[in-house]
Parts: sequence; structure tokens; C-alpha cells
Amino acid sequence: MTWMVFGRSGSGSIWLMALILLMIFSSQSSERVLGQQPTIVQPGAPGKSTRVLPRTTRAKLAPLTPADINFMQGMIVHHQQAVEMTALIEKRTTNSEVRTLGARISHSQADEIAQMKRWLISRGQPVADKHAHHHHGMDHSGAALMPGMLTPQQMDELAKSSGSEFDRLFLSGMIQHHRGALDMVRDLFAAAGAGQDAELFTFATDVDSSQRAEIRIMQTMLDKITSGGK
Amino acid sequence: MTNFAAKFGLTILTALFLLVTGITGLAQSANPPAEGAPPLPAGMTGADANDPRAKLKPGLYDAGEVAKGLRHLLLLKKPEAFQLDASDVESAKVTTTLGSIGIANAAKMPASARMVMAQLAFANSDIAFQGKYLFQGNFYGVNIYDISTPARAKLVTSMVCPGGQGDVSVHKNLMFMSVEMPNGRLDCGIQGFPPPPAGVATDGRPLLPAPSKERFRGVRIFDISDIRRPRQVAAVQTCRGSHTHTLVVDPKDKQNVYIYVSGTSFVRQSEELTGCSGETPEKDPNTSLFRIEVIKVPLAAPATAKVVSSPRVFMDPRTGVINALNNGGSHDSDRQGATDQCHDITVYSEIGLAAGACSGNGLLLDISEPANPKRVDAVNDPNYSYWHSASFSNDGTRVVFTDEWGGGTGARCRLTDPNVWGANAIFNLRDKKLNFASYYKMPAAQTSTENCVAHNGSLIPVPGRDIKVQAWYQGGISIMDFTDPGRPIEIAYFDRGPIDAQSLVLGGAWSTYWYNGHIYSSEIARGLDVLELQPSEFLTQNEIDAARTVQVGEFNVQNQQRIVWPARLVVAKAYLDQLERSKALAASELADLRGAIGVAESSRLTKGMARLRRLGQTLRERAPQAASPLEGKRMVAIADILQRPVR
Repeated sequence: MTWMVFGRSGSGSIWLMALILLMIFSSQSSERVLGQQPTIVQPGAPGKSTRVLPRTTRAKLAPLTPADINFMQGMIVHHQQAVEMTALIEKRTTNSEVRTLGARISHSQADEIAQMKRWLISRGQPVADKHAHHHHGMDHSGAALMPGMLTPQQMDELAKSSGSEFDRLFLSGMIQHHRGALDMVRDLFAAAGAGQDAELFTFATDVDSSQRAEIRIMQTMLDKITSGGK
Repeated sequence: MTNFAAKFGLTILTALFLLVTGITGLAQSANPPAEGAPPLPAGMTGADANDPRAKLKPGLYDAGEVAKGLRHLLLLKKPEAFQLDASDVESAKVTTTLGSIGIANAAKMPASARMVMAQLAFANSDIAFQGKYLFQGNFYGVNIYDISTPARAKLVTSMVCPGGQGDVSVHKNLMFMSVEMPNGRLDCGIQGFPPPPAGVATDGRPLLPAPSKERFRGVRIFDISDIRRPRQVAAVQTCRGSHTHTLVVDPKDKQNVYIYVSGTSFVRQSEELTGCSGETPEKDPNTSLFRIEVIKVPLAAPATAKVVSSPRVFMDPRTGVINALNNGGSHDSDRQGATDQCHDITVYSEIGLAAGACSGNGLLLDISEPANPKRVDAVNDPNYSYWHSASFSNDGTRVVFTDEWGGGTGARCRLTDPNVWGANAIFNLRDKKLNFASYYKMPAAQTSTENCVAHNGSLIPVPGRDIKVQAWYQGGISIMDFTDPGRPIEIAYFDRGPIDAQSLVLGGAWSTYWYNGHIYSSEIARGLDVLELQPSEFLTQNEIDAARTVQVGEFNVQNQQRIVWPARLVVAKAYLDQLERSKALAASELADLRGAIGVAESSRLTKGMARLRRLGQTLRERAPQAASPLEGKRMVAIADILQRPVR
């Protein structure tokens, strides 16, 4: 009897202990599970404290400005003229340096046109600026001319030339054209709120460095042609 | 989300893209020519179309995978806090656009389709390591992972702090982060800077950005004593921001560390940061172009970190002209011209040198005074377009440079892309002079929707060999053995199919590094990959085990540390495998040595030690007669270990 009582009370305390252990264990394991949850934080300015953000936090894009959209729409038009210019090379000159350079410009600018269109479409923006109000003039189709773009007269002159005269007009025209692109990039980064989109930022930075370099190469080629022509 | 749904969404977006492109193409006068890879230039060799990596199934998370000499252990997807919210204002516009062509449920746009919209804003970038933690940079912040069990790595902290590229370094209780974009804010805010309100009258003049003291472009410094709650302690502003940075630890200076800042983007207004100037050197001798910046960080007071010098590393010391370097590249006119920026610098403080990959040139800098690096050599290369990154061999006799032809966003590993463009260039380094030895490019042909070019990598510490694991964006991971600098070979790889078959969705391996026994790879779009080496015809289990004996407490790849191997018998066994591979030892000699090592190992270095020393001594004596200096070195290395092995 005593044994039974002892046994019963003993088994009762075992259950109690088991229950307590289970509670401790489950609280520990839930703590451990909680401990494994990653924290999402956002630091403050230097010296300020760091905030904990809710677990439902999702990423947001940086703001877009009209200047960003105008830049991409305008640069498509700008690039298209470069492609038009390079398309003339095939029948106008045999200068291998000009032909190679033209092929490279044509490839990279056509590639970039596709990239710019993708950028605009994925942001729900029209590929062409319907309300173009630029004050640089108009081309054949009545579209606005972006900085550095050749005027219809210049394009006609280029299309009618051939040989070393074409080379000279092509190089000087493309230098003028590329300088316009540099101006567009400068204006972009100088516009309020612009250039905060990662792809646009990277693209514009690359246009600047690549076209800056191409200008130097074309200037060297042009110098060679003009000094050879003398 | 089913794969079908993901694919379906992407297809819709692609279709939409083609549709709109087609419409506008008709509407505009100049329809761009269809995209096609340019032909392979005469006399050049392209990529290998028969490689198993050439045709893998596309997909974001279900792409085909193939590996050789590597085993993939884990892909941790990018945390949700770093994924675009489908209810975002901008995507709402896309929703409207999609809605207009009859796609009603665009709000539940699959992740893959959302990525087409914002590939770069939340892109993963460089990685750094400390103890059991991996720090993965991102254009939107940093994610910190616990990698104590690499195959079960876990996210610990997502730190939101946008500004791109978010390259990270860690040192003691400090974490450093690069910021270059105009949306970077001192307070890590995600809102950037609000666009000007519509209808502001400007009289036809452009509305200039208000110079803002809230904007941040430069290097942020965080205290990571509480790994779950990094605190920003300093933010050091620079004129061009920081595209990358390099931690420099001066062996002679225990109080401070230095940060070399490589800025590649536009120079901001002087109204925002005093002294900034984007003028040419002719117009302004104090131009912010043509220089790097050096930040000095007092470890006891990191909040007082500041720029202490702006070395003119491109200057001609004789004439004082500050824009004196040009590249000589032939294939990509894109990047030719006067070099005005460094892209990435790797320092090897123990030998007092740094290798700078500086757009148009490869530089060698003497950094014996860390705040005053001096150029000692500069090279260019006719096949190089954009000098991007550099790493030294462990003995400091070679430098591997990379060429990021196409900037990393282009497909440059196609069948017709030459195998010497967008490749590594290996240079011999002797008496502070660089001399070209050879090129190496990941050999497999990739599709035109896979961005691919040489990118970031680290050494794998296999003793007796020079081995580098490297990221090639969507070209995957490639392991190069450049022990013979004139004839580098690929010994292992891992690759996935393109994210998408129709459209180039930016992704792939940004940085792939070896850290304490495993390989970690920062995947731009997908997340974080963990891999391990597998023995193969090119690499034995002993060589892998020997590499694993090297354990470091901190790893920042641009701050190169000398690898030192413990005198453990497994390291000797790795050297023996190499001597067997090159047939430098007879079968009986190998058997004797392996037998003796086996006895010592199984007795935990209590038996057969005298015999071990004797065999080692014999090897040491015959080392001078070895067929090559490399084999002689391996023999001496074995003898050193057998002399005094440790457990």
C-alpha cells in the first residue's frame, strides 16, 4: 500500500516533471525557432540607432522622374540615327577602319536600343515620347532632334557623299552625335531626382564612358584622314 | 507559384515586349536591325559549342545544371525583403499596361517576371567573410548568413540600405560598404530623393537637383558587434561615390586600417560636396577624375574616419601630367582613351604591392606607405577592353587580371566571341615588372541571353599549385589552374542554363570565393550558392583535404593574405600526389613514402617517426636534381613536413 502510494505519487511527480520538462523544452525550442528567424533591419544615419522592420517588408524601387523617362525615350531616337548613319557605310566607303568602327557602333547601339525599350516597357512607359517638346529641331519624320543629332541637311549630305569625303563627314558627324549623348547624360545627372533607378544609372554611366572613348578614337581617325588629304 | 505560372508570366512579358517593340518599330522611321552575334574575327577562336554547358534548360529556379569536379550543396534564394513588392507603384503601371491587353491578374506577377523589370536594383554583388558569417552585398543592402554548417547556411540578418553596388568588406567589429548611386541616403532610406513636384515653373531651364546633405555616395562604416543589428557609425562621402573599395591593413599599423576607394561614375556638384570637380585636368588641375581616394579608419574611433589622400595614380611623374595613361585595346573601342578611374584594386600588404585594375590599364602599386600608393608599373593589352579586377598568386610571382568586356551586362561568351576577349590575362611579376604570359577564358559557349564575362574569384589553397575559382556571371563558375602561367587549364566547373530563353535577364555568379573548405557564390538574381570540391583526374582527395587545412578568421578577397599550410601529413600527401601526377617519383619511392606516412598517421604520430624523417631527408637531398624547380620545391616541402609533422 505504502509502496503503491509512493508509487502513485512517484508516478504523479514523474508526469509533473515530464510536463514541466516538456514546457521548458517547448519554450526553448520555440525560442530557438524564433531565434532562427532572420531579422530585417534598417540602420539610421551615422550615430543614430538601427530600426527593426516587420517580417512582411518587401523591396521598393527608387523613384522615377520625367527626366529619366525622357532620357531613355530621347536616347532611343538618338541611337536610331547612329544606326541609320552606320547603315550608309556599306555602299559609301571601303575604308576598313571606318567599316569596322561602324559595325561596332551599329551593334552596340542596336543592342542598347533593345535594352532601353525593355526598360521603358517594363516600367509601363511608352517607348516614344508622344509629347516631344524639345527645341533642337525636327528630322524627316517630324520627330524631335536630340542634342548632337544630325540635321536633315547633314544627313542628306552624308547620304550623297562617298569615299574619303564620306569618311570625313561620317566621322565628324558621329563625333557631333556622340558629344550630344554626353550632353544628354550630363543633363540627366544634373536634373532634379534623376538617375536613381539602378539600370538607368548603370546604362547612362556606361554610355558616358563608352562614347567618350569612341570620340577619342574617331578624332584620331579623322586627324589621319584630314592630314592625309592635305 | 508553379513553374508553369512563372514561365507563363515571363512569356507574357516577353510577348508584350515583342508586341510593343513591333508596334513602335512600325511607327518609327528607323527600325533597329535584328539582334545577332557579330561574326568571329578572322584568326580568332570562339567558344566551344560541344561543351555540356552550352545547351542547358532555361529557368529561374529550375534551370538545367551541370558540374564537373564540383558538387552543388545549396541554393538559398534571395530574401523576400530584397524582392520587389508586386504592389509597388511602378509595377502598378505595368499592371495597367498588362491589363490593357487583357491580362487581368498581373498583380500576382511571378517573381521571374518582376525581375525583368528590376534586375539590378536588388542585385546581389560581392561577398566577405568573418568567422561563421558570410556577408553578401546587394544594390539594396547587405544580407548576413550563418555558414557554420555550409550545406545548411541560414539567413541571420537582412540589412536594408540601398545605393548600389553594395560591395562589402569586414574587419573586426566593422563592416564597410560601397555606395555610388544618387538614391543613396545617409539614413539608409529606401525612398531615395523624391522627384520634383509636377508643374514647377522653370522658365524652360532644367530643374537642378537640390544639393542634399542627406545624399550619400562613398563608403559606409557599420559596427557589427551585434550581428543582428548593424549600426552605421560613419559615412565617408566621395565625389564619384564608391563603385568598389579595398580594405588595406598595414602590418606596421595596429591602430588604423585604410580603404582604397575606386569611383567610376559621374562627379557630383561642388554645391553638394565641396571640392568636387568633373572638369578635364587641363581646365582644373584639382579635378576629381584621374585619382583614387584613401580613407583612414582609426579602429578605436571609426566615426572619425575620413579621406586622407587622393593619389594621382595615373600621373606621369616626370612631367606631372595627371592623365598620362592610355590603353591599347583593339576590339572594343568602347573603353579606349585616357584612363581616369580604377575599377578594383587588390592589395597584398605582405609583399608591399597592390594590383590595380583601372579601366584602360593594369597597374602595379607600391603600397609600403598605405596612404600614399605609388605606381611602379602599368601595362595595357591589345585584347583588353576594361581592366576590371586582379589577384596575386600566393607567392606573389604572378598577377591574374580580368577583362570585363561589355560591362557584365552583355552576352560575351557566345560561339563567336573570341576566347581572348573578356578573358583573364595572366602576368608574370618579377622585380616589380609585369610581363604577359597567357589568357584564360571559361571555354563553354553560352547563349545570347546569358550575360557572361570574366568576373570575381579567389585562390583555392591547394599547396604546390596555383588554382583560382572564379565567377563568370551566367557562364557559371570555372576553376582555373595556372601553375604553369603560360598554359592555364580548367579543372572544374558548375553552370546553369539561362534565366530566360528569350530575354537577357541579368543574373549569374558575381563573386565566387573559397572560404575555409567550401565555395560560396553570390548569384545576382537567384541568391547564394554553396558548393564543394570533388576529386577528379585533375585534383585528388588529398589535395582537397590539404586545402581544407587552411582556416582563416576573416576573408576579404581584395585584401590578399598569404596562405600558410600547417605541417600536417595530409599536406605532404597532396604534394606526393602532385609528384606522382608529374611522374617525378618512381612507384617504389611513392609506396615507401605513403607507407611510412600511413604508419605515422594511424599511430597518431607515435610510431615510425624516425623513418619518416629519414625518407624526408632523402627527398630533400635529391630535390636539386628534380626535373623542374617546381618539383624540387614540392620535394623540399614534403621533407619539411616529415621533419616535424603536427596533428
